[in-house]
Amino acid sequence: MKKNNFPRLAVLLSVLLGGCSDFALLNPSGAVGQEQKNIILTALGLMSLVVVPVIVLTLVFAWRYRASNKKAAYAPNWAHSTKIEIVVWLIPAIIIVILGALVLKSSHKLDPYRPLDSAVKPIVIEAVSLDWKWLFIYPQQQVATVNQLVFPANVPVEFRITSVNVMNSFFIPQLGSQIYAMPGMRTQLHLIADAPGSYDGISSNYSGRGFSDMKFKAIAASQVDFNSWLDKVKRSTVKLDLARYKELEAPSDKNPVAYFSSIKPGLFGCILHQYMPADAKTQACEEN
Amino acid sequence: MFGRLTLEAIPYHEPIIMGAVGGATLGVLALLALLAYFGKLPYLWKEWLTSVDHKRIGVMYIILALVMLLRGFSDALMMRAQQVVALAPSEGFLPPSHYDQVFTAHGIIMLIFVAMPFMFGLLNIVVPLQIGARDMAFPFLNSVSLWLTTTGAALVMVSLGVGEFSKAGWTGYPPLTGLAYSPGVGVDYWIWSLQISGIGTLLTAVNFIVTILRMRAPGMTLMRMPIFTWTALSTNVLVLFAFPVLTVTVTLLSLDRYLGMHFFTNDLGGNMMMYLNLFWIWGHPEVYILALPALGVLSEVVATFSGKRLFGYTSMVYATVAITVLSFSVWLHHFFTMGAGPNVNAAFGIATMIIALPTGAKVFNWLFTLYRGRVRLTAPIFWTIGFIITFCIGGMTGVLLSVPAADFVLHNSLFLVAHFHNMVIPTLFGYLAGFAYWFPKAFGFKLDERLGKCAFGCWFVGFYLAFLPLYALGFMGMTRRLGHYDNPAWQPYLAVAAIGAVVILAGVAFQLAQLFFGIINRNKNLDLSGDPWNGRTLEWSTSSPPPIYNFAVLPVVQDIDAFTDMKQRGLAYRRPEKYDSIHMPKNSAVGVLIGGLSFVFGFAMVWYIWWLALLSLVGVVVTLIRRSFDQDTDYTIAAEEVERIENQRFAQLAAAGVKS
Repeated sequence: MKKNNFPRLAVLLSVLLGGCSDFALLNPSGAVGQEQKNIILTALGLMSLVVVPVIVLTLVFAWRYRASNKKAAYAPNWAHSTKIEIVVWLIPAIIIVILGALVLKSSHKLDPYRPLDSAVKPIVIEAVSLDWKWLFIYPQQQVATVNQLVFPANVPVEFRITSVNVMNSFFIPQLGSQIYAMPGMRTQLHLIADAPGSYDGISSNYSGRGFSDMKFKAIAASQVDFNSWLDKVKRSTVKLDLARYKELEAPSDKNPVAYFSSIKPGLFGCILHQYMPADAKTQACEEN
Repeated sequence: MFGRLTLEAIPYHEPIIMGAVGGATLGVLALLALLAYFGKLPYLWKEWLTSVDHKRIGVMYIILALVMLLRGFSDALMMRAQQVVALAPSEGFLPPSHYDQVFTAHGIIMLIFVAMPFMFGLLNIVVPLQIGARDMAFPFLNSVSLWLTTTGAALVMVSLGVGEFSKAGWTGYPPLTGLAYSPGVGVDYWIWSLQISGIGTLLTAVNFIVTILRMRAPGMTLMRMPIFTWTALSTNVLVLFAFPVLTVTVTLLSLDRYLGMHFFTNDLGGNMMMYLNLFWIWGHPEVYILALPALGVLSEVVATFSGKRLFGYTSMVYATVAITVLSFSVWLHHFFTMGAGPNVNAAFGIATMIIALPTGAKVFNWLFTLYRGRVRLTAPIFWTIGFIITFCIGGMTGVLLSVPAADFVLHNSLFLVAHFHNMVIPTLFGYLAGFAYWFPKAFGFKLDERLGKCAFGCWFVGFYLAFLPLYALGFMGMTRRLGHYDNPAWQPYLAVAAIGAVVILAGVAFQLAQLFFGIINRNKNLDLSGDPWNGRTLEWSTSSPPPIYNFAVLPVVQDIDAFTDMKQRGLAYRRPEKYDSIHMPKNSAVGVLIGGLSFVFGFAMVWYIWWLALLSLVGVVVTLIRRSFDQDTDYTIAAEEVERIENQRFAQLAAAGVKS
């Protein structure tokens, strides 16, 4: 099922809902979000085929057969029709079968764990939710940031996500899928931005007092800009060693953006395994 | 001596909270003073609070629901007001510590202490009458259930003035609800209000299932049962299977919090996702527990006011049962974003969509009941049409959310918030249709139609004003539970939503006005016949309000629309040859006592007052044992007394011009 099966409806809905650039989900800036927008419009279009007639018929029947309208037919004992029963079970069933196929296909295609189809080698970023800020670790570049996520546009980004203590959800609406950040567990997410730009990033799972301010800017930069940004981060005087990380762990609201020019190797693994029995924990922290 | 409880637990420094506490306390005191002044306190106690009569218990459930609706709705107004003003740099008038309690309390109150008691209230009033029974199978248990539910509501109310309520969302996801991240008493109030009312709900379910299966009038086979009773049966089967899961889940969380265990903690093998799974194995059926009786109400209302048999009775029954079974197969759609594999997500997504089939079939059956009917456009029909339109739209957005790939961007957004309100508010429309429809049965007079339609108009328009903007905000990437935000594009939509909430407030006001003027003008709208709407089922065959024993002679059922059939055969108002004495249960104060002791237990557990908790728990057990040895729990209404009451009924019928 592609959106071109219902092009007119999809276009109409786009105009109605997406005319304004404020609608992040209808103005996606990446392949994942684009696909999701199409799925949403297709599904809504398909369902309207049943829902709209039902709503119209409800109003029409209630009005046409109102008690004061003595001209309308009245059949007080008519209460069964096999033909109608077949239609009202079958038509929705057909739509559900089509939607079911859409579900099955899109669940695989948009599985957040599946690497995106792209010739470009992905960049890996480890995202960690803390009370109440986001830590982004760039293991390949050996740098880290707080509350600012910068990555090259048109390069797939492979996120590895966990949480330090309570559940959050990592979400950049304009780029597509979100996934939970859970303590002691690692989730994955693959996203891509088609064009340079600055997008809102949030936690979309309530996590306590500072939740409302737990947001960051996700900046897709050109490769050149990304490289110069990386240089800027590397010039930062602050290093993310274990002691500094422990300070970061303390709850804080509205944390300003911070850059760390180097990281403790294997920090993400340390965070991930912090709740394991002591042996495994030390091993994870010393491995790298 | 008093555990964690000190005078500091009272939030003196919060003017909004103290205002609410003061208002609520004054209201209760004023009501009690008024009752005392008119000498009605003994009447209240003897005839109502200690009553085991299903009709009165039903009325008390609905009063509880309406009172709690005012509280839950105040919370809603505060949230809408907060989000209008809280655009950066403003952070609104509610600090996170208060705002987070408000949205948590709103969820729990609206679901557990408004929707559930409203639903059980309607069930209590109607089901025994509809199946031609004289009471519930276990009338005393019914009273206990009511008071356990009330206890839960009372705990939530007390948390307002003593301590705090949970700040972790109504779903109470760990590890946030664990002791490490929520050390205060809020989560404990949440736990014990859920636990105590949950036991009440479970007991009620047992009661209804036994009543419906064992106490139907002669001739009422399962396939002659009114659809509302079918939905009542299905709902209670769901409660019977779902609520124990909630009880166990919350118990496990309590063990984590109280005894330092590790079911849902981060360390030592705890797993929060186990909680999510268990919670929604209860939580999703819970949605259908609420919705099914509303669907049942609609089936009765549509058939009655169309003056027509319900279209497709059999397919309606199968649809109801199908929804019941399927509702246990979809829980994972509440957390597609957990990171389960695509096949798991797709399986639960498709299972969710399949529920749209029986639900859709029900809507079509109402549609074809209207078709070729003589539809009287009364307030209940207005609610019904509002229900169908709104429920269809909510169903559509629900199916959209069941597509995992779409859910990845819509999950936890305001789109989701709009969606579930788009299902729960039409459910409330259904209850309100039932309220208007059965009110004359319960009280013997009709409510004002015009005020009822005004209430509907405000609710309907207000709903769309309040929630369509939330759908849009979901598409704009606004997530739920935000206390403040910095995107100016959201503010106009939030302002419209707030206006919508005010319009709904007008709807609530009309509802209260309808009740008020209905009572004032009751003598002009008396229902002497007991059948004000030309009803089709047995509840309309007895007087309004029905005598304590409901039916002097048990009716014999020969058709699905039993009463229509009796009217057509001229048997509806036939005077029996003789009356027999009737055996009825006695009122009992034990239900109130158990409720009171449970309240003390819950409060003591919240505040770690162990001796008091133990004492009250022992009190409950001893009370139950004593009650089980009480032989004097019933009485007999003599045949002459029955005859006297029935003669009055026939005099009333004659006055109403009904031939007997």
